[in-house]
Amino acid sequence: MSKLLTWIDDRFPLTALWESQWGKYVAPKNFNFWYYFGSLAAFVLVIQIVTGIFLTMNYKPDAAKAFESVEYIMRDVPAGWLIRYMHSTGASMFFIVVYLHMFRALLYGSFRKPRELTWIFGCLIYLTLMAEAFFGYLLPWGQMSYWGAQVIVNLFSTVPFIGPDLALWIRGDYTVSDVTLNRFFAFHVIAIPLVLIGLVAAHLMALHETGSNNPDGIEIKKQPKDPRTGLPLDGIYSHPYYTVKDIVGVVVFLAVFSLIVFFMPEMGGYFLEHNNFIPADPLKTPEHIAPVWYFTPYYAMLRAVPSEIAPFLPATQFYGVLVMGLAVLIFFALPWLDRGRVKSIRYRGWRYKGWLAAFVVSFLVLGYLGVVPVTIWGQFAPGVPLLGGADRATVVARIFTVVYFLFFFLMPWYTARDVTRPVPDRVTWP
Amino acid sequence: MTKLATPLVAIALALVLVAGAARAATGPDVQTERFLVDPRDNESLQRGARLFVNYCQNCHSAKYMRYNRLTDIGLTEAQIAENLMFGGTFEESEDGAVRFSPVKVGDTMQVAYRARDAKGWFGAAPPDLSVISRVRGAEWLYNYLLAFYRDEQSATGWNNLVFPNVGMPHVLWQLSGVNRLATAEFPTHEAAEGAAIAEKRLAAVVPAADHKYVVRTLQPDTPGSMSPVEYRRAVGDLVNFLDYMGEPAKNARVRSGIVVLLYLVGLFAAAYWLKRAYWKDLH
Repeated sequence: MSKLLTWIDDRFPLTALWESQWGKYVAPKNFNFWYYFGSLAAFVLVIQIVTGIFLTMNYKPDAAKAFESVEYIMRDVPAGWLIRYMHSTGASMFFIVVYLHMFRALLYGSFRKPRELTWIFGCLIYLTLMAEAFFGYLLPWGQMSYWGAQVIVNLFSTVPFIGPDLALWIRGDYTVSDVTLNRFFAFHVIAIPLVLIGLVAAHLMALHETGSNNPDGIEIKKQPKDPRTGLPLDGIYSHPYYTVKDIVGVVVFLAVFSLIVFFMPEMGGYFLEHNNFIPADPLKTPEHIAPVWYFTPYYAMLRAVPSEIAPFLPATQFYGVLVMGLAVLIFFALPWLDRGRVKSIRYRGWRYKGWLAAFVVSFLVLGYLGVVPVTIWGQFAPGVPLLGGADRATVVARIFTVVYFLFFFLMPWYTARDVTRPVPDRVTWP
Repeated sequence: MTKLATPLVAIALALVLVAGAARAATGPDVQTERFLVDPRDNESLQRGARLFVNYCQNCHSAKYMRYNRLTDIGLTEAQIAENLMFGGTFEESEDGAVRFSPVKVGDTMQVAYRARDAKGWFGAAPPDLSVISRVRGAEWLYNYLLAFYRDEQSATGWNNLVFPNVGMPHVLWQLSGVNRLATAEFPTHEAAEGAAIAEKRLAAVVPAADHKYVVRTLQPDTPGSMSPVEYRRAVGDLVNFLDYMGEPAKNARVRSGIVVLLYLVGLFAAAYWLKRAYWKDLH
């Protein structure tokens, strides 16, 4: 065995690769709950790729057969229901895991110097994941698939001058049709996954170059070396320590995942929407079109932005589209917006903590408002100044959209002025 | 750190779980009767299957459902062929002869007419019912099938409390008998809602003229071959079957889920022990 390994190592840096990326990778020893979600995201990616391959064997990307082929998988393919539910649950779980992984970065300042590129690759993964989810959602060819795709492609038609042509170019037809289904299938099963895997590799390589941050935000590489081990004082090898720890995380994740897959695969209509069990009908628009839950914070922003913002500007939905796009893209700027003296929330002052809390609340409230119709909370009475007659939910969505952006726009100011506590030399270790 | 994690995870979960997402049915404001499916009651499912092929399948297909899949609910293929398969297709051979080929047990549950004919006859083809329970939910279907009443104004002579002006006639009327609409007017929405709840059965609240509200209920007019209690049980069987048909793998799914979770509990114990064993030498 070791002779074989030597033979390979003489020709390909297998051992070196393993050791630099994981085997001899030195990580801080104080990772907590929030540090499971990176390895879990990689695990969900594997689930999605493997189940996706098996689904592709039986799915037909054809407007006349797509819906039927999904039911065929659910009924006639051995364990097809399991593969399909794993894939549909995996899609939602991917976003849950990624959102928690990103939140961890906000908690402990993981995006800060020197990890800016790790963060940027991560943001690109998030964007790519959104594209992957969007393209995949058309494939079951249900009413929500169809009209969701219709709505999102139409967003591009609001772009000034080139909009309608752009939307036509994306769809390949004047409405979402068989042509659209075929190209979305191509994007979903090959183009986007290739990009995704490449970005994940870049994300990990960049991380393993700089080393991991930790809940205290201490750079362990700057610590003196332990004379016995030669490692930084608070550093340990990922393998076996984080290997065995992440396995525990994976098992707990699988338990939650299985609870959903086996006992509530529709998740009350959030993971699999009720209306998506109606075959796509281009002539019948559903009364209430809501995207899947993971897009709803941005969808709520899109709906909240008025099409007329100033008398001298043309009335167009493009403003909402811009706001929505900016809400996603602004994450890229985080490393340069944060001017705090410390990284971790443990040593930050009330200003950052308060703004982060406000941001999380905005994200969750917008997420909720994106699921429900704008009329959900009724209207303000006609006599109320400024707000009279407006949908209450729209007004609330506008307020939280502003809060969402203020978290970013005011960040240079409030992080620099925050009263921080001194960061110790060693990580917190019980 | 769990101090921070626990409330956040709780908020996120609560947001995900706040009731179910909106169902397809918006319709009028209806006080429904409660109904729970029992996917393991094979006798109920078999009675439901009988009702389905005798009444529903004359117009509605279940084209993703195979007859021999009904072995799931405790029937043999011979029983299925003898009791539940009536259809077949007419095929024209090359020499022009029309031949009838009876349906086979491995076929899906089709309907005798072609969809384009149905569209001409009814204005819209009756929808396929394979996954209708996943669109509407069992409770809605149950109430819908209880909610038919006689309405001379409508094209079919029937109308429905839950789905006003529905295109479908009351196919089960010989079983249920004929109901007529009873209305009572209330000055406010609250009073009408209260009265509807107090009915303790299917009731719909609809706005009326002068900002008043009307509570609509059903009054028996002519009895059918079943008593109201028997009819509710029959509709329950039928909806139970529709729910089964929406996801035939449901029982297998739940059964394997229990095994998987038990396995994961064991795996967790092993993984946790392994982690503890490795980490105990870290200081």
